[in-house]
Amino acid sequence: MSREVAMLGEQMALQEKVEEICAKYNRKESLLIQILLEIQDELNWLPKEALLRLSAQLQIPLKRIYEVATFYKVFSLILRGRNLVKVCTGTACHVRKAPVMISRVTQLLGINPGETSSDLRFTLETVGCLGCCALGPVVAINDEYYSNPTTSKLEKLFNECQ
Amino acid sequence: MKKVSLTIDGKEISASEHATLLQAARDAGIQIPTLCHDDRLAPYGSCRLCSVEITSGKKAKIVASCVYPVENGLVVETMSPRIVKIRRVILELLQASSPKGRVEELSKVYGTSTDKFEKELTFCILCGLCVRYCSEVKKAHALGFIGRGIEKQVVFFPEIALKSCPGCEGECFSLCPTGILPNKFAQSVPSFGKVQPTVFPVRLWDEDNFLNLTRNIT
Repeated sequence: MSREVAMLGEQMALQEKVEEICAKYNRKESLLIQILLEIQDELNWLPKEALLRLSAQLQIPLKRIYEVATFYKVFSLILRGRNLVKVCTGTACHVRKAPVMISRVTQLLGINPGETSSDLRFTLETVGCLGCCALGPVVAINDEYYSNPTTSKLEKLFNECQ
Repeated sequence: MKKVSLTIDGKEISASEHATLLQAARDAGIQIPTLCHDDRLAPYGSCRLCSVEITSGKKAKIVASCVYPVENGLVVETMSPRIVKIRRVILELLQASSPKGRVEELSKVYGTSTDKFEKELTFCILCGLCVRYCSEVKKAHALGFIGRGIEKQVVFFPEIALKSCPGCEGECFSLCPTGILPNKFAQSVPSFGKVQPTVFPVRLWDEDNFLNLTRNIT
């Protein structure tokens, strides 16, 4: 029973959060991407309940939201870990041995690109380009960029993540 | 309403200023093949079969007639050798994913073969007729596109489909140019215990398709 109450409370908080963000953007349909980004910033991913609420708030069909959310790689429709690790695989990073970097990170975290660790601590993703090719190969941990980190440096950084 | 005059296949034509080239040509009795066009729906321009060659001044260019507005003094060719060549390639590409239905009919007209390109049978050409009909005419929004590029596909939302599809009796199926009728959506939702998938592919074109979809969307 108490678990159900807790879940209900969580749902209410989520609904309120979505409504708050929608109100901030004046419930404008044209700002859908900005709203989705902000919801994702808050929740780390886009749960279905949030999208249903958003659909009602903006008065646009749910399918429209899914079309947008699946078009852009930045949106995640599945649960992600608390810490997001991105390994750049853009052209510049690729020629500077991004594949080696991926195997390094994969080995340290024990998860493959696109996966989330079972304790929800890390999600590993590969991205197209992080926009700082001169630093390649780049690894971004929670939006902090690191240029060609060594294994020991990565290990230290991962240990600092909660 | 203001009228504009243009030339299509050497014929002087006057059309209303908001018309598209396709409308103007059809009103004048000139046939242009289409797969993604429907008079009830907003122009979409996805199949490109309605491509025509337009000339203004010295330059000739290829445009999709279903989305191109008429212009004063425009000279349009709907069957020039360049156009026929383009249509043939488009058809051959479409045949690689969906060789039946209206695609097959048109391929006979243009004499294209099905084995020009490697086959990848998805039985969907992403014309969006079903998706757009569901949204624009029926206002049900039970169908949608998911993903982009080579991963783009048509899905339906079981929760919405269960409510809206039974009353519609699959009007979207008859629009499909691929000639392959899907199962009726609402009845075809498999049950996965208590969990219902958020989206379900209209075309189950490979075994991993559904698994991938549910892996990436909860």
